[in-house]
Amino acid sequence: MSIDFADPNFLPWLVPVGPLLAFLIITLATNRAKLVPATSHEYGGHHPDYDGMLVPVATHWSRVLSITVGLSGVVMALLASWNLVFQGIGLGKKFGTEKVFTSSIEWLATGLGAFNIGVLVDPLNATMLFMVPLAVLCIFIYSIGYMAHDPRQSRFFALISLFAGAMLILTVADNLLLLFVGWEVMGLCSYSLIGFWFEKRSAYRAAIKAFTVTRVADVVMLLGIVYLYAMTGTLNFRDILYNPAVLEQLAGTEAILLSSWGLSAAGLIGVFLIVGTIGKSAQFPLHVWLPDAMEGPTPVSAMIHAAAMVSAGIYAILRMYPLFVGAGDAFGAADPHHGVFNAPLTLMAVVGAFTALFAATMAVAQNDVKAVLAYSTISQLGFMMAALGIGAYIAATFHLITHAFFKALLFMASGAVIHAMEHGEHHVHEHHHAHDDDHAHDTHTAHDDHAHDTHAAHHHEEEAHAPHFDPQDMRNMGGLAKRIPVTFVTFVIGGLSLAGFPIITAGFWSKDEILADAWLGTSEGFGLHALVFFMLAIAAFLTAFYTMRQIALTFLGEPRTEEAKHAGLGGARNIISQTMQLPLIILAVFALFAGFVGVPPAFPILGAIFSPNGNPFFDFVKLSVLPIEGIAPVKPPFNWIPVLTSFGVALGGLYLGWLVYGRKPLQAGEEDPMIAVLGRPLFTTLQRRYYFDDLYSLVFVKPSQWLAHQVNVFLDKGVIDGTLHAIAHFFTWLGDLIKVLNSWLIDGVGDGIPKGIYAFGGWLRGSQTGRIQQYLLIVLVAVLVIGVLLALSSGAVTAQ
Amino acid sequence: MNFFGIDPLSFLIVAPALAGLIVAILPQNKWLARVLSLTFATAIGGVALAVFLLYQQNAPQAGADQFLFVVKVPWFQLLDASWHVGIDGISATMVLLTGLLTPLAVLISWEIEERANMHLALLLLFETGLMGVFVSMDLMIFFLFYELSLVPMYFVINQWGGPNRLYASNKFMIYSIGGTLGMLLATQLIGFSTGTYDIAKITALWPTFANDAPAFLGIDVGTVKALAFVGFFVAFCIKVPIWPFHTWLPDAHGEAPTAGSMLLAGVMLKLGAYGFLRLVVPFFPDVWISQVPLLGFDVATLFATLAMLGIVLGAFAAFGQNDIKRLVAYSSVNHMGFVGLGLAVMASLYGQAWLLAQTGGGLVSDATQNAIIATNGAVLQMFNHGLSSAGMFLLAGGIYHKTHTRNLDEYGGLWVKAPIFGVVFIFTSMASLGLPGLNGFVGEFLVVRGAFPVFTTLTVLSMIGLLFTGSYILKGIRAVLHGPFNMHWRDYHLEIELREFVAIAPLLVLMLVTGLAPNWILSVINTSVTHIFMNGMG
Repeated sequence: MSIDFADPNFLPWLVPVGPLLAFLIITLATNRAKLVPATSHEYGGHHPDYDGMLVPVATHWSRVLSITVGLSGVVMALLASWNLVFQGIGLGKKFGTEKVFTSSIEWLATGLGAFNIGVLVDPLNATMLFMVPLAVLCIFIYSIGYMAHDPRQSRFFALISLFAGAMLILTVADNLLLLFVGWEVMGLCSYSLIGFWFEKRSAYRAAIKAFTVTRVADVVMLLGIVYLYAMTGTLNFRDILYNPAVLEQLAGTEAILLSSWGLSAAGLIGVFLIVGTIGKSAQFPLHVWLPDAMEGPTPVSAMIHAAAMVSAGIYAILRMYPLFVGAGDAFGAADPHHGVFNAPLTLMAVVGAFTALFAATMAVAQNDVKAVLAYSTISQLGFMMAALGIGAYIAATFHLITHAFFKALLFMASGAVIHAMEHGEHHVHEHHHAHDDDHAHDTHTAHDDHAHDTHAAHHHEEEAHAPHFDPQDMRNMGGLAKRIPVTFVTFVIGGLSLAGFPIITAGFWSKDEILADAWLGTSEGFGLHALVFFMLAIAAFLTAFYTMRQIALTFLGEPRTEEAKHAGLGGARNIISQTMQLPLIILAVFALFAGFVGVPPAFPILGAIFSPNGNPFFDFVKLSVLPIEGIAPVKPPFNWIPVLTSFGVALGGLYLGWLVYGRKPLQAGEEDPMIAVLGRPLFTTLQRRYYFDDLYSLVFVKPSQWLAHQVNVFLDKGVIDGTLHAIAHFFTWLGDLIKVLNSWLIDGVGDGIPKGIYAFGGWLRGSQTGRIQQYLLIVLVAVLVIGVLLALSSGAVTAQ
Repeated sequence: MNFFGIDPLSFLIVAPALAGLIVAILPQNKWLARVLSLTFATAIGGVALAVFLLYQQNAPQAGADQFLFVVKVPWFQLLDASWHVGIDGISATMVLLTGLLTPLAVLISWEIEERANMHLALLLLFETGLMGVFVSMDLMIFFLFYELSLVPMYFVINQWGGPNRLYASNKFMIYSIGGTLGMLLATQLIGFSTGTYDIAKITALWPTFANDAPAFLGIDVGTVKALAFVGFFVAFCIKVPIWPFHTWLPDAHGEAPTAGSMLLAGVMLKLGAYGFLRLVVPFFPDVWISQVPLLGFDVATLFATLAMLGIVLGAFAAFGQNDIKRLVAYSSVNHMGFVGLGLAVMASLYGQAWLLAQTGGGLVSDATQNAIIATNGAVLQMFNHGLSSAGMFLLAGGIYHKTHTRNLDEYGGLWVKAPIFGVVFIFTSMASLGLPGLNGFVGEFLVVRGAFPVFTTLTVLSMIGLLFTGSYILKGIRAVLHGPFNMHWRDYHLEIELREFVAIAPLLVLMLVTGLAPNWILSVINTSVTHIFMNGMG
């Protein structure tokens, strides 16, 4: 096999290579740090001060290198990906059906056969390959500014490169195992990046939580993978999912476990894999890790919430979707478009719809600017999950892509808000010192104009005179619209897209399509569709409401704190401000216009403009799956009810939000008006996330720790070692017993003999007199005795 | 090919002992001893590598005789015991692992200041024992080296260990000797009844031995076989260790000096697993699939259950540790549980295949595939665990050496001062955790894949262990690296030393390479394993 990367079948290998190489190069090349005192401003920000200790800080050279190499890697990935995307689009209707870009190599020897891994690009992951590198590139550019003063900046770029590389591996994988490799490596990256400021307790705890909760799901997913492999002898997507015979066989075989519940093999595999996604995409009941994941630097949040991690979960079930549906008349096969459901689809629909609504209610009561977005992510992923459960395959894909754009935008914009608030905080801090304090602040003031170093050295946790100020708390904000106008505008665009503001935002089109699909089934009388439709409609209403609340609390009215008054990104012409704003603008364009690729052709006026030849997005992506009944996506006919519902919930939610928060913006010291509306207990319950963290701690964490302790102390040291020690004691006792016997009986005899000999020797010594005559006498006697004995034995003297 | 007039495998056995002898009798100069023993160990490692590569190049196809480098010299002709050595793909892997880890352990034990000569000599002598077991094709030789490997390790723990070394070394010794006592009797029984100690011959003769006779030596044949089985089973279970025979391990590994822990966990545990592969599975196919009295399932299922308990309870126990070396030690119980699970699948299906072969039949191809994949996984997991546990002990030992404490609560935030150590520590931890892309995952995946269709419920339960593998690994990372820096260590040197880095670098490279392209070693294992199931049914 000759490898020629000009051949599009080999090109997908190159997609993840750039970021992976970047990771390797940065890790190996930037490990020489300079040592500075830990109290220096260069080690400020999220790091405690250690008196009298030198700490390593990234050198200027490694900062430059990490940025350059990291960016080059992503650009390489972007070029390779887009090349493939456009080659694919160029193939027209053949792409996905007759022609995909794929190649593979032997990876594992298994008996006489082998397990191959390879790459695959078809229309489904071509859409991902369009979105992922673009979003990642924006995140990288943004990170240049955001992480400019972090002492471990090069490590950050290394990790985020690995993150991107893993996501791209997952995207181009042609089999479930390679997908799982990317999946898990991303888990590691998110763990490392959530805990990037590892000295902070909240950060490393969040990191461990994220890894552990997703691992719960991953071990279940691993079972699904091995079961699928055992059933089919392969994990290749095309071989399994584009093959009606295999799908029918899987759906027609009784599951190895739980078959009494009517599960087919495909059903059990499906449930296992979906549990994997429930963990990765933070669906109920494994949603608890995602809100805490904002402990990482903000670009990481954008990466997790938009470009990579959680999207990967949805992508995996999009990828495996035909398996969940099944094919043919097998008992485990479903046909969601005709109201026939099976376990995997029902699981997705119920979990998705519930999560969408459940997370939206929590988002309403959050005060942390990133927490609102975190819950909105969970909720939006619920939309996609629910859509997949009712067979709205294309709508889910569409929403995945648009969501990635506007959510990346929102996170990075909120990062800019936080940055601006920290700047304000820094300013207030300096101000306060300059007037009230006579201590020398040379180091601080020296850097005052130099740096919009918002991670300045004011995080002395023990410093009592600075009450902890939370730059992420929206109650401390207000009136930021005038101070950071670019952020404001782009944030509003992202927010409207999230809320599904009609016509002009991308979020509207994708959300509308989900509702249209759900309505189609509802109108035909399918209960699951109806459940999804109504729950998502309410969730969409809440989404619009909390988005408006967030915009109003953050940007509108008057600043509620001194810090907010001085917030800013430090002027238009500084590099931090530029690198942080450019990605916002790029993403804002996509958040607005990306939806126009998926306008339904029958939509009044716009359909004729954007989709004269049919819905382009729909017609492109549908080529990824088998065109057979049940699996093939169904285009919902145009219907006013879902469209008006979309209009209604989006505008209604925004209007209500405006009524509560926008018309009369919150004043400093004022309470959140929702407390009065909902009542304090309910509001607190929402804010405390329905106490799920406390519940899990009580039900899972504490018992595990208890059990671990018991395994050590009771089982291993108590029972097992106890038994052994008892045996040992018995034998020691036995040994002692024998020893006593020894001294009494055996030693009695044993010692007796030497004593006897000794006594004999003593007696014999008496003969050693030194007199020759006595010796001669003894010799004579001896000779006589021997002579007599010899004579007797030889028979010379016979007794006759 | 030969070295100084002897064949390469015999060289691998004899050379370490000779080298050890030379190091021991040299003048008491620790630097001389260090350099010399490293040179010897590296050279022997080079030979081991060459042997592995030559095997890889000339590996026979499945179906042909798998053993290369075979030498057979009559030794105890009356008993048909001979100096019979040779390697197949499975032993080649273990030889490579031994040859690789010994020089690294020697390099690490440069930190020993006291009686360095003796310490290094014992490590080399230990290598002799290990190599001897892995290459022997004769039961007598096997037993001899199996016992020999105990002695140097006992002294290493007893003389250079941590504070509780006397208890640990005694426990280690008595536990192991207690186990091999039964094995010795079983060996004699088998040798006496089959009239040979040649492993291949026994494999052919013993399973059907006296099956038609009513009694052997006046005892029911089934009972005789069961007793022989128990002798081997318990001995190897202790060595692996299979739960609940594992409690010697945290003490021995915890108290042993760094190099001792590396070799104990890295290679010595594999003796047990290797014993199962080589002896217990092929000798007792009928016993494995016979019912356990009272329990209602067969012996292989019992073994799989114990393996599962090792995976789960080992992980829990590791999670409950506050001592870094004990944490790593328990991780071995957890990881070797996967080896056990793979071996249980092998045993079960080998037994069934053997039974079918008696009537001219065979397993269905799916089952054969399960067996091959699980066995491949078990052997690969042995190799992988050798890399990652040695690496983990190296790092844990390094940090203990610098701080003189093993208590996790006394570390904290060390990553601040030791950035390179932190990265290496996380990398190794992740390999140990089984992160896809690194070596640990491949073995675990294969074992789980092979075991799922055979022991479905047990495999599902063992996932709890896999989950808690994550928990204890993260606990370790968190306690050592994360959190605010513990100012107690402000003036300590904490960064990884160059010597330590050199010692761990080959492991890191192999972890990555094996994770990305496992076939360089798996293909070697696979052929021999396939041969066992396709052609090796006696």
